[in-house]
Amino acid sequence: MSAAWITVAGLAIATAAIKAFGPVVFGGRELPALLARVIPLLAPALLAALVITETFGGPGRSLVFDARAGGLVVAGIALWRRAPLYVVVLAAAAATALLRAIG
Amino acid sequence: MSPRWWAARPELAHGMRAGVPYAIASGLVGVSFGVLARPVMGAAPAIVMSVIVFAGSAQFAALAVLSAGGGALPAIVAGVLLNLRFVPMGIAIAPWLPHGSLGRALRGQALIDASWALANRGDGRFDTDFLVGSTLVQYPAWVLGTVLGVVVGASIGNPDTLGLDAIFPAFFLGLLLNEIRRPGAPLVCALGAVIALALTPLAPAGVPIIAASLAVVAGLRRVSPSRAADGGGE
Repeated sequence: MSAAWITVAGLAIATAAIKAFGPVVFGGRELPALLARVIPLLAPALLAALVITETFGGPGRSLVFDARAGGLVVAGIALWRRAPLYVVVLAAAAATALLRAIG
Repeated sequence: MSPRWWAARPELAHGMRAGVPYAIASGLVGVSFGVLARPVMGAAPAIVMSVIVFAGSAQFAALAVLSAGGGALPAIVAGVLLNLRFVPMGIAIAPWLPHGSLGRALRGQALIDASWALANRGDGRFDTDFLVGSTLVQYPAWVLGTVLGVVVGASIGNPDTLGLDAIFPAFFLGLLLNEIRRPGAPLVCALGAVIALALTPLAPAGVPIIAASLAVVAGLRRVSPSRAADGGGE
């Protein structure tokens, strides 16, 4: 079996287990009080980290500042103007493509 | 299933409708994955990966390792690190899933970032029918996007020239802005971003995201006094 197939199979099994973990282990009962109090704030923490890593994450362990940052600014403006999400992502992609074309 | 199943499970249909814009974005990122993955992995493994792994950032992370000539094990580890954020997300939805471990494990497979964030009702409540509905429209979009990318890949060239790699940041920014009005959220957001920025050059991809979840502790210190003032907390 090639490395690609082993990766696909291994990652599929691991991902299914990761996604099942919380629902199986913590399901069917109330969460411990401390967890229940922090969970409403989990989304802003994780989403902020995803914005940062998807915008500034480079190859290996590196921070890079490239055209994606310009795309993110355009996305922010589009969101502020209450554009629908598909417009937001297309505007971000177009701005990033334009910056790369002229840069 | 009755023809009016949505009348009995309205949140499933609401979730599907809410998921459509995210499905469009997922489809575009899926095209990008298909284009990039085909020359590295081959057409069939690239498509099967989207069908049975269905986790965008983890698939890109594993692909990056394979592209760099790394083996299967480091590629799997890279993908797993990206997916570890689904552990806290899964714990968050656990109390709102129906009884029965198998059913909960199956519904847990619907966990993806956009659906989880959209199903968040505040105060720690999650609408799991809404979550499943939102994923039901994003899954086919991700798979079809990948197939399209694999098929037309050669004619697209490098998807980065089209700026497709800027879609995920925009996508997550949109989800973040939905959350930012909750009490304590701006502080937690800022701290999570700082943690992620600080760790990105130091730790393997995925670890900065998990570490950023520790930012919730800052919000806890802000939220708890008002809870106590309400008369006793939990």
